[in-house]
Amino acid sequence: MILNQLPALQVTLPLIAAPLCLLLRSGRAAWLLCVTVSTIALGIALLLLDEALEKGLIVYDFGGWAAPWGIEYRVDVVNAFVLMIVSGISTSVLLFARISAASEIDDDRQSLFYTAWLLCLTGLLGMAITGDAFNLFVFLEISSLSSYVLIAMGPDRRALTASYQYLIMGTIGATFILIAVGLLYLVTGTLNMADLAGRIPDLADNRTLRAAFAFLTVGMGLKLALFPLHLWLPNAYTYAPSAVTAFLAATATKVAVYALARFMFSVFGTAFAFDSMPLQLILVVLGTAAVLSGSTIAIFQHNVKRMLAYSSVAQIGYLMLGLSLATAAGLTATLVHLFNHALMKGGLFLAVGCMAYRLGTTRLADLAGIGFRMPWTTAAFVIGGLSLIGLPLTAGFISKWVLVQAVLENGWWPLVVVIVVGALLAVIYIWRIVETAYFRTVSEGRDDFVEAPLALLLPTWLLIGANIYFGIHTDLSLNVARLAADFLTGG
Amino acid sequence: MNALGLYNYWIVIFLMMTGFYVVIASGNLVKKIIGLNLFQASVFILYISAGKVSGGSAPILREGIESYSNPLPHVLILTAIVVGVATTALGLALVVRIREAYGTAEEDEIHRQDESL
Repeated sequence: MILNQLPALQVTLPLIAAPLCLLLRSGRAAWLLCVTVSTIALGIALLLLDEALEKGLIVYDFGGWAAPWGIEYRVDVVNAFVLMIVSGISTSVLLFARISAASEIDDDRQSLFYTAWLLCLTGLLGMAITGDAFNLFVFLEISSLSSYVLIAMGPDRRALTASYQYLIMGTIGATFILIAVGLLYLVTGTLNMADLAGRIPDLADNRTLRAAFAFLTVGMGLKLALFPLHLWLPNAYTYAPSAVTAFLAATATKVAVYALARFMFSVFGTAFAFDSMPLQLILVVLGTAAVLSGSTIAIFQHNVKRMLAYSSVAQIGYLMLGLSLATAAGLTATLVHLFNHALMKGGLFLAVGCMAYRLGTTRLADLAGIGFRMPWTTAAFVIGGLSLIGLPLTAGFISKWVLVQAVLENGWWPLVVVIVVGALLAVIYIWRIVETAYFRTVSEGRDDFVEAPLALLLPTWLLIGANIYFGIHTDLSLNVARLAADFLTGG
Repeated sequence: MNALGLYNYWIVIFLMMTGFYVVIASGNLVKKIIGLNLFQASVFILYISAGKVSGGSAPILREGIESYSNPLPHVLILTAIVVGVATTALGLALVVRIREAYGTAEEDEIHRQDESL
């Protein structure tokens, strides 16, 4: 019986655990609850993915109210895949968070930290699983508000201004999405995504509908940090606590990309998004600009976290290029990169978190000679970096390969040049860290640090190891992404 | 219906642009939050206007009433208002913390302090 309730449990479990977490005074107990719930959420996501692969579509009506009157959760391969990414990353980063967060956040705020984490997880899972446009907005706000709190908990006072900046831009983005949902309801009289998809094709020339689509794209663009709407991202990632950066970098923008893809392909349909609206041109231009400018700016950063943040802006560019192709192959590239980028950025930010734990700083100049003092941490960072560049035998290579194939299928060879140049720029910024870590000597007065504790190294290597594993075995990543892309484009 | 008859939508646009302008142009962090509130309030009015049916009564079952306003947008916007209140509360809490850390709530001054580090 309980198996029928899995889609509801996926979201309600972390939601109910959040206030419980608040009641626990001890940070350690709160952490334990948080990890347990996140692990169960991962288990549920895997069961759902398995079921979705078998059945194709799982529909869950909340409270027995049939759609379109009630809110329904629709789980297919696409969002089951996203659910797995979000809960998987949350669980592995939480393993890292206990020691890391204890060093960055006051003891009496620990349980608040894990409460906000669970709420953020709830919001992200809810955004992925829901089949109702307004429900998506509510979950978006749950995840956003809790992520502002998480970022503001960073050790530096600039975390506060970063969080404030994100709050302003994020709220404008979310309000744009609210306007879009309102306009959609005005024209169609429904909020259910499947129902919307049925009514939109008859209204292709409706101006309100076009306005709704434009508002939605800009709003989602703000949330997923599409160039040039990414201005909140570098500060937020730089000053947030290490574990939060890894969690948000690997999941928050990804879920927004998923939501955009869902609206583009399932709700509005490719005919509307690409023929009636000039979305293709916009995505190609902004995606290209994101890849080139993000990677270039990353080269000139003096802080490793900030450098990786700009690299995230570039990676989002690749995701957009995949979407812009409007083909099953392009969508496959986006979805597989969603998975692989979560692994590489999660792993990289955890490795940086290890360095921050020992050194108390992430400034590049302070990392001199770290390769010999913290060999495992640095090795993890280098492997993650190679995956980011896209070297064969790493997950990043699979992403790039699939994307290049998809681009060539459309015959857009200039984009291949963009992708290769992006990878070369990544070589430069990763090399700067390799050079500092291995070819410089430890600066004076900074020679007292040793390798990070095992409890931090294990989760880091879990994600870094996954980068290598999924660079060789692509059953879970590529094949599922392919099925998901076929599902989104085909029906 | 002429353009003036849709006056509530003109109010929506006016409020939206005012709020958006305040968010962008104001250097004071509290004023930015107020601008954000105006911006959100305009969307509330958009939803509420959309629920109105000409000649419709309040959506309560009564004898002799045939036409009702649509209650769904009103219920939806109730949720969005709650979200807006939460955002404002969090934003103001952040401003208080920023003022404690920097001693000011002016954006320029905060930038100056960060750069001098």
